[in-house]
Amino acid sequence: MSPVRGAAARPVSGEGGVGAPVLEVSDLTVSFGGVRAVRGVSYSVRPGEVLGIVGESGSGKSVTSAAVMGLLPPGARVTGSVRLHGQELIGAPDRRLNAVRGKSMSMVFQDPLSALTPVYRVGDQIAEAVRVHQRVSRESALVKAVELLDLVGIPHPSERALAFPHEFSGGMRQRVVIAMAIANDPDVIICDEPTTALDVTIQAQVLEVLKRAQAKTGAAIIMITHDLGVVAGFADRVLVMYAGRPVEVGDVDDIYYRTRMPYTVGLLGSIPRVDRGARQPLEPIEGNPPSPAALPPGCPFAPRCPMRIDPCEAAEPPLAEVAGGHRAACIRWEEVRPRGPAVPEDPGGLPPLRVRGERTVLEVSNLVKEYPLLRGAVFKRRVGTVHAVAGVSFDLRQGETLGLVGESGSGKTTTLTQILELTAPQEGSVVVLGHDTARLRRSERTEIRRDMQVVFQDPLAALDPRMTVHDILAEPLRTHGRPGSARRVRELLALVGLDPSHAARYPQDFSGGQRQRIGIARALALEPRLLVLDEPVSALDVSIQAGVINLLDALRARLGLSYLFVAHDLAVVRHIADRVAVMYLGRIAEIGQVDAVYGAPAHPYTQALLSAIPLPDPVRERSRARILLEGDLPSPAHPPTGCRFRTRCPKFRAELTDAERELCAGVEPEVRPLGADQGAACHYADRREVV
Amino acid sequence: MAGFLARRLLNYAVLVVLAASLAYLVAATALDPRSNYADRTPKPPPAAVDAQLDALNLNDRTPLLQRYATWAGGVLRGDFGKTVAGAPVDEELKRRMGVTFRLVILGLLCGSLLGVFVGALAAVRQYGWFDRLSAGLSFLVLAVPVVVLANMLILLAAWANQNVFGRQLLLVSGEYSDGLATGWWGQVVDRLQHLVLPTISLSVGLIAVFSRYQRNMMLDVLGADFVRTARAKGLSRRRALTRHALRTAMIPVVTYFAFTFGALLTGATFTEKIFGWHGLGEQLIDSIFGNDVNTVAAISLLAAVAVLLAALAADLLHAALDPRVRA
Amino acid sequence: MTLSEEELAEDLSTGAPVRAPSRARTVAGRFFRSPQGVIGFAVLALMFLLAFAGPLVSPWTYTDKDFTAFMRPPSSRHWFGTLQTGSDVFAVTLRGMQKSLVVGLLAALVSTALAAVVGAFAGYFLGWTDRVLSWVTDLLLVLPAFLVLAILSPLFGSGQWPLFVVMLALFLWMVTSKIVRGMAISLREREFVQAARYMGVPPVRIVFRHVIPNLSSLLIVDATLNVSSAILTETSLSYFGFGIQPPDVSFGTLIAEGSMTAVYAPWTFWFVAGLLVITVLAVNLVGDALRDAFDPTSARRPR
Repeated sequence: MSPVRGAAARPVSGEGGVGAPVLEVSDLTVSFGGVRAVRGVSYSVRPGEVLGIVGESGSGKSVTSAAVMGLLPPGARVTGSVRLHGQELIGAPDRRLNAVRGKSMSMVFQDPLSALTPVYRVGDQIAEAVRVHQRVSRESALVKAVELLDLVGIPHPSERALAFPHEFSGGMRQRVVIAMAIANDPDVIICDEPTTALDVTIQAQVLEVLKRAQAKTGAAIIMITHDLGVVAGFADRVLVMYAGRPVEVGDVDDIYYRTRMPYTVGLLGSIPRVDRGARQPLEPIEGNPPSPAALPPGCPFAPRCPMRIDPCEAAEPPLAEVAGGHRAACIRWEEVRPRGPAVPEDPGGLPPLRVRGERTVLEVSNLVKEYPLLRGAVFKRRVGTVHAVAGVSFDLRQGETLGLVGESGSGKTTTLTQILELTAPQEGSVVVLGHDTARLRRSERTEIRRDMQVVFQDPLAALDPRMTVHDILAEPLRTHGRPGSARRVRELLALVGLDPSHAARYPQDFSGGQRQRIGIARALALEPRLLVLDEPVSALDVSIQAGVINLLDALRARLGLSYLFVAHDLAVVRHIADRVAVMYLGRIAEIGQVDAVYGAPAHPYTQALLSAIPLPDPVRERSRARILLEGDLPSPAHPPTGCRFRTRCPKFRAELTDAERELCAGVEPEVRPLGADQGAACHYADRREVV
Repeated sequence: MAGFLARRLLNYAVLVVLAASLAYLVAATALDPRSNYADRTPKPPPAAVDAQLDALNLNDRTPLLQRYATWAGGVLRGDFGKTVAGAPVDEELKRRMGVTFRLVILGLLCGSLLGVFVGALAAVRQYGWFDRLSAGLSFLVLAVPVVVLANMLILLAAWANQNVFGRQLLLVSGEYSDGLATGWWGQVVDRLQHLVLPTISLSVGLIAVFSRYQRNMMLDVLGADFVRTARAKGLSRRRALTRHALRTAMIPVVTYFAFTFGALLTGATFTEKIFGWHGLGEQLIDSIFGNDVNTVAAISLLAAVAVLLAALAADLLHAALDPRVRA
Repeated sequence: MTLSEEELAEDLSTGAPVRAPSRARTVAGRFFRSPQGVIGFAVLALMFLLAFAGPLVSPWTYTDKDFTAFMRPPSSRHWFGTLQTGSDVFAVTLRGMQKSLVVGLLAALVSTALAAVVGAFAGYFLGWTDRVLSWVTDLLLVLPAFLVLAILSPLFGSGQWPLFVVMLALFLWMVTSKIVRGMAISLREREFVQAARYMGVPPVRIVFRHVIPNLSSLLIVDATLNVSSAILTETSLSYFGFGIQPPDVSFGTLIAEGSMTAVYAPWTFWFVAGLLVITVLAVNLVGDALRDAFDPTSARRPR
């Protein structure tokens, strides 16, 4: 890989760089029935270069890539020019495009679960990609498919080639899609949010595979993502899109350190960062992204811009050169300053421990939950037991926030459900607000239901689409026989920062962030003491997410709430939680005060997890050494003996002696205290800084 | 797997027993075989009627449960009793099953193949003229009940025979002409002449149903990511559609095919009756008119078995075609 | 939040229902924007008008017999001609249409309601409730409906047609119920239902307040399509003499009569058959347009 620095963003340019551009896009527009989703995108990439395209949902970044590939639905109108090796693709006959697609230009899609045809074997699907463009026999195509599977790091490739897509995990399927994309040594690979659907440790693996694939093929990569962290370490140049247009283009360092567009500044400021302790409020961008059908006059970002002046609304600012190879679409670019130093320096030592509250609101001890493992949709049969939660203990004090983090399959959702069900757990005990759930009377259960409320992940799914906001907020009040609901509903809406006059609307009429605020308002209706938050911000765009996090933080302080905050995003948890519990395969790997765990994680899994999170900071990203985990999470139906993490543990693999390993394989470690408020379930726990 | 299959079959057996018993009890209560003898001249003596009914296990003076027990005992031994005319039910049934089978299999094959073809084509060119035309025609066909359609076909055939062909080319009654002495080849032609109209009457509705179903399934799949992946590989539109979209969209349709087959065994009733085919459906109607309790019960049993076996076959086919389900 | 308290109160009490873009109105708007919806609806309304207002303008009633005109083609005296018995085809057809429409509508309503309740309960509660209800559903599915209805047909005579409606409905609901069950199972896992559960809302109330209303689009479309299948089933049964019993008439009995004389007296068959087809077609068009109007994906745009 030879990163190209200082290449101009202009589509045709002769200065610097390695070779001529492979792909040049100029003035590309896409409209669907009169609505312009993409409004003039231009960029070019050279061999071996990585261009990151960043934007929130609705910014037109995915439509752009589909237009380049010629894969838009029939209703779309495309104008402008897309040149591959100087050959125009827009308006080219289908036969020409078919010869290009998958050969010189290939694509990796966002959702690996649905990107493969379910009824064909994986090997055959890759072989098909080979045979479309190369005159080879079936057998040699299959051999090539197995080689490709090996290249993208799928263990036992010749066996796995015979498996069907549903027998692969998400990360493995994405590797298959990458294998398919590089089957014919393409010159350009377009990756459309290739890691968004994946867990963070798997994301690190897949990014690694992409780097390897690029090294092998020497292709240019166009990386489309909403995650500024992913691009920071991966891209050479970055293009930021807003409302269907590029608003800032430049070298990756220019974008992150010499930002010249208020939107990019806002985006960078609203990202919760795993490397920032000492809780400081995030800075959300006000308002919502505009709908492509109803763009505001002038600069589309003006209504949300903190630097807006009247001329902003007069005309849409052009993408103007602000420095060599760096362009921004803002008339006040000279005044735009990136936000302060990236890391607040506090060298040496951890911040002082906060004293934990006296009263315990939730206590979970040795919780166990097993499910029957069923196979087959037609012939359902039990083939084993899933040990979803295998002995989890933690407690939550009054006024505290405990973050429960883990990747998919870690058992965090099962733990949550067990608490919310308020029934006797299979094993262990759950004590909610002083009541053991195993010995609850009906009236007590109703009482707890009033004092413990929940906020769900997907705000649209959590609100009944057939009820008005007023009815939604009044439902808990009516259920628990509270009078005067109309007044309380108004209070609640005001409390979460919504206009109380919107009570008569339906949830569909609100944006994602507003819906989540409604969900929070409903949870607060009965003045609960404990709030269970199930991934409350993971469905929201970054700029919106920050506002909701700040709201939650403010509400807790104001209403004296306790939060159990379940999330997969460690950065979010660092911003909101006092303590954090990291789960792996149904057990707690590490638990303790947030700053202690993030500052010096002791469990190898926590270390790997934290090191896998990309930072929106290109310099640090380039210098960071990543701890990569191998393979997938083992099936919770057949957890490894002894320590559950040992099969993927970098320490077990590289640092321990055979004698030491015996302990890992034989004895399941319990959480042992390591500091004032930190404990890890590792026989060889060793605190180390990784972020 | 085996245990699951056994449990499922047991459940089916219970359902069949219950359905057949219910059908028998309803039929034995509501139908009145004794009235068959009332119109006879000379009127048979009551004792003789009683004896005859007793022999057929149809005497309404015997307690219902006792008649049921006799019938059920017979069924368990594989004996479905006798018709009102005194012939064994099962022999008649076997003969008629063949007739129905021939009609249904042909109608279903024509209907489903054409329907799938039409539906897939309509989906690929969504909102094109073919899509609109096929949608309009399906709507029209689905609004025409079989009894009307069959009668229309008969009227049309009569008109066509007279004015277009000038001879009796399309035959509207029965499976074959009696006493035809034209050799083997002549008989085949004769049978074909009889087969055309009932097959059309049966398959026209099926084409409509299958084409709508296939179109919907296909549209679901057309927008799927994996079809886009196939296109991104460089497959032509046609190949991506046939190899990836159609193959996947066919799964539920094939399942539906099996299911329809079971339902049709007695569902061809109207077609059979109107075209004078001596199949199960016709027998069902005749036996109700003839107060033939044992035949009614036997056909119900057969219909229940057919529906359940078809459901099982549909599931098995689904599993065979879809690796996700098979796992 | 700058509004004063009074203004707010006013806003909530009076402004609410007016300003809310209610779902029913959106659906109705989408429905009446589609040509097939408008055509179907108009034709259906026309059919109803014809069936119930037509007899008022007809000089004959369905029981009248004109002994001066047997088997006469349409004329100014008998608009649709007469039957062999001297009955006026127009009067008889409208009477049959009344019966078929009423039977179809009622049977569809009953069967959809049954399907909704049984399916939603089975799907929401699962466990034993589900096992029992599903088993009953299967049993009715296995039982040949035609046969049971045919055998019981003598009971439907002499004004007992409501019983016929109930029996018809009893054999129409199973497939819908299975679909409802499946959707209820997935709704059960939906977060807003879980939210209600964790809030302490009693389960039966959840079924009626959250589960069934959220299936209403399916149920309305299904009810519409059930109208047409009820009419078709009624026609087929009556054709063989197993449905509506004389002296009452319906589409089915008329078609049975007409088909015998159709060759030489086409008016006895084609008017009835034509009206039947048009009616069912209109119902199906309405159902299809409703489905499109309810389905948000029909308005979805690619990202």
